[in-house]
Amino acid sequence: MWVYEKKLEYPVRVDTCNPALAQMILEQFGGADGELAAALRYLTQRYYMPIGEAKAILTDIGTEELAHWEMIATLAWKLVKDAPVTKIKGTPFEAHFADHGRNPFPHNAAGNPFSATYFNAKSDPIADMHENMAAEEKARATYEHLIQLSDDPGVTDTLRFLRQREVVHFQRFGETLELLKEHKERKPFY
Amino acid sequence: MDNKRRNMLEEIQAVGFVLIELNLYLDTHPNDERALREFNTYSQQLKRLRTQYEAQYGPLLNSGLSPSQFPWKWINEPWPWDM
Ligand SMILES: [Fe+2]
Repeated sequence: MWVYEKKLEYPVRVDTCNPALAQMILEQFGGADGELAAALRYLTQRYYMPIGEAKAILTDIGTEELAHWEMIATLAWKLVKDAPVTKIKGTPFEAHFADHGRNPFPHNAAGNPFSATYFNAKSDPIADMHENMAAEEKARATYEHLIQLSDDPGVTDTLRFLRQREVVHFQRFGETLELLKEHKERKPFY
Repeated sequence: MDNKRRNMLEEIQAVGFVLIELNLYLDTHPNDERALREFNTYSQQLKRLRTQYEAQYGPLLNSGLSPSQFPWKWINEPWPWDM
């Protein structure tokens, strides 16, 4: 089960009202390499993992990704919560507003709704851990694009924190891959 | 949110973050005794900070992990996305 903590993992500050930037940030709320896809990917892959280290890292990183998902929503929310409709009209956020108003919704920057086809679970620990390492690198790249698009210092600070977390997750999954390989050599399946 | 509350919360977030990092590290280095000692020390510190904060501002955890004064304080504003 899960426990909710009534706080964000890291303080999120937003200095401006910027609906266009909110729409771009939603890439990490419901996009292919976003935080929701990451959380569901890791939490879904746990069941057949052969070693405790892998079950633990998928549980704990999957849980941290949910905390990041909440931070991304907070960024998008704070960027639009005080925006008058006149400041939304004509921006890329206008189409989002037509359906969802100012509340965030899991779609990517282009408006495509979230899909479980963004990730997989193969019952093959080695294949899955490679997917996870690639996913972390792609998330890092997305954060670097978003940092280039942001002209809000508070938003940029949070994006930098989230980018750094992807680097750490990549490192931990790489170590898990080595542990899985060692395990496989100790226990031949034929 | 006043400054005192923000400072207390930021301290909880800072110590909580150290614990997330140590937790992930220990998952792949379960035999690192020094990291484990640090994990246990920071866990105690987080518990102290959380108890102090909750006495003034209400529960940080749901499902029975934090007590509440009367009336039920869990519903109090602000929620994390409005802080
Ligand atoms: Fe990640």
